[in-house]
Amino acid sequence: MESKPLTKNIDMSRPPLDIAAYEANEGYQSIKAIAAGLSPEDVLQLVKDSGLKGRGGAGFPTGLKWSFVPQGENSPKQKYFVVNADEMEPGTFKDRLLMEGDPHLMLEGMIIGSYTIQASTAYIFLRGEYKASEYALKKAISEAYDKGYLGKNILGTGFDLDIILHTSAGRYICGEETALLNALEGKRANPRAKPPFPQVSGLWGKPTIVNNVETVCNLPGILSYGVDWYHGLTKGNDHGTKLFGISGRVKTPGCWELPLGVTIREVIEQYGGGMQDGYELRAFLPGGGSTDFMLPEHLDLQFDYDEVAKVGSRLATGTMILLDDKTCPVGMIGNLMKFFAHESCGFCTPCRDGLPWVDEIFNEFETGRGTEKDLQILHEHVDYLGPGRTFCALAPGATAPLGSGLKIFAEDFDRHIKEKCCPYKH
Amino acid sequence: MSADLIASSATKARQLTDAEIKEIEHEMELYPDKQAVGLEALKIVQKHQGWVSDESMQAISKYLEIPVADLESVATFFNLVYRQPVGKKVILFCNSVSCWIMGCDDMRAHINEKLGVDFGGTTEDGDFTFLPVPCLGDCDRAPVMMVGDDLHRNLTAEKIDQIFTDYRSKE
Repeated sequence: MESKPLTKNIDMSRPPLDIAAYEANEGYQSIKAIAAGLSPEDVLQLVKDSGLKGRGGAGFPTGLKWSFVPQGENSPKQKYFVVNADEMEPGTFKDRLLMEGDPHLMLEGMIIGSYTIQASTAYIFLRGEYKASEYALKKAISEAYDKGYLGKNILGTGFDLDIILHTSAGRYICGEETALLNALEGKRANPRAKPPFPQVSGLWGKPTIVNNVETVCNLPGILSYGVDWYHGLTKGNDHGTKLFGISGRVKTPGCWELPLGVTIREVIEQYGGGMQDGYELRAFLPGGGSTDFMLPEHLDLQFDYDEVAKVGSRLATGTMILLDDKTCPVGMIGNLMKFFAHESCGFCTPCRDGLPWVDEIFNEFETGRGTEKDLQILHEHVDYLGPGRTFCALAPGATAPLGSGLKIFAEDFDRHIKEKCCPYKH
Repeated sequence: MSADLIASSATKARQLTDAEIKEIEHEMELYPDKQAVGLEALKIVQKHQGWVSDESMQAISKYLEIPVADLESVATFFNLVYRQPVGKKVILFCNSVSCWIMGCDDMRAHINEKLGVDFGGTTEDGDFTFLPVPCLGDCDRAPVMMVGDDLHRNLTAEKIDQIFTDYRSKE
C-alpha cells in the first residue's frame, strides 16, 4: 500500500505526470469508486472517519467543516467548492510542490470535495506569482475535461462540475478564507464578519467550502485506499501524512512527505541534514511566520497538531523556519513584523495602526535607538493585537513570533538597547 | 497633486483593443457577475499594456459598467496591479523571513548597485522595475526573486549579474 500518497508521483526533475500516466498509477480511482455507487453521504462519512484536519494552518477537521453545508430540498441549489492555493505564509513552500509536481492529484481531490457538497462549480484561487503552477494546472484541467472527469455527467454519475482557475493579484490577506471570497468576487479583499460562515453563506452568498491545497490532495487516497490505511500512515495521534519543510541554515533544506508524529529532530537532522557547519540551532518557527518560537529542547517532540500545541505553538503549515546562532533574532522578528504591517488589509484599527508602529520600533532597535520604553510598548502590543482584539487572525498571527520572541530573546533586545547597535553582523 | 487629480478625473476612456475585449468576454463566462470580472479586466489590460493607466480604467469602467471608484479601490488594493508605468520586466524580489535569514539584504544592495534603482524604481533604460514581494514560496532555495515570469533561486551576486546580462542580451 502507498505510504506517500501526496508525493508518490512527484519528481521535480521531470514535468508532472500527464493524465494517462497519472491514471496508470492508480489515479482517478476515487472518481471511479464514486461512479460505482458511493453517495455524497458515504464520502462525507469516510472523510469524517479519516480524521483529516485542514492543512492550511488552522487544522480544523475537514469532514466536520463539510457537514455544515446545508443539504436537501430547501438548501440553495448553487454551492461552491474553492481551493485556497494562495500560499503566502512566510517560510511556506509546500502547496507549490503539490501543484507543480502533481496537478491531477489536486483536481481529483476537488472533484471529491465538490461531489460531497454537491457543488457544480469549483474555483482554484491561485497566487499570481505561481506561474509554473498555473501552467501545470491549466494543462491538467484541460486533460481532465477531455477524459470526462470534468464537465457534464461525470462518468455517468449525473454529477456536473466545472473547475475554474483564478489567478490572484497579490496580498497575503487573501489567504484568509472570507477575504479570499471577496477577492474572487472582484472586491477589496477585506475579511468578512463571521457568522455567517462561508459553509452557509460564502461566495456570492451561496454555501461554500474553502480548503487548502494539501488538504484536498489528501482526499483521493482516503477514498481509494480506505480509512484504515489512512490511519496506518501515522506515527502519532493525528492521521495521515504531512508535508514538512525546512528553510534556514541546514545542509539540505527542502520539503518532504512524512507521517504526522515524526519527531522534529528527525526532520531536521535526517532530512534537513542538520545545521550547516559553523551554525547552531537557536530556535525555530514550526509552521510559518505566524507561529510561536520553539526551542532546541523541543526537538524530540512528535511533530503533529496536539504535541506542538502543548508547548504553546502551532503545527500550522508544517514548514519550519530555523534561526541559527549567527542571525539576529531581533532582526528576524523585525522582518516578520514588517511583513505583517505591510500585509494588513487596513480594515480594523489595531492591525492597521498597531503593526506599523511595532515595525517602526523594530527599525529603532535595528539602528541602535531602541529604548526600555520601546520594549515596553512592544510587550503591550502582544496584548493589543492579540486574539479577540482584531477583526481577523492576521495581527494575532503576528503576535505569535512577537510575544514568544520577546520572552525567549529578552537578552538580545537588552543588548540592542545597551550597546546601541545590533550586536550581530548580519 | 490636486492639479494631477483633476487632470486624471478628466481623462477620457481609450478604446479597448479587440484582443482585450475577447479576453474580458471570456472571463464573463466564468463568473456570475460583472464585478468579479473587474479585477480580471484590470489584469488583462495590464498584460497587454504593461500597466493600468487612467484611460484604461475609464475604458474598463465603461465596458463593464462598474464605477471607476470601485475599480480603483480594487486596483489599489492588489500589489500586482500596476497603476504606474513599469519596466519591460518587473523584478519581484522576496524579502520575507527565510530569504532574509539567507542574506537577501546583501542581494538587494547588489541589485541596487547594479541597476541603480532600489525598491519602487525603474531603470533609466526602462528595462527593469525593482519591487519587493511577500514570500515567494520557494524558501528552501532562498534567496529568490522573479524576473517577469521566471523564478531565480539560490541567488548570489555572480548569479544576479549573469541573470541581468542574459535578459539584456535577449532583447
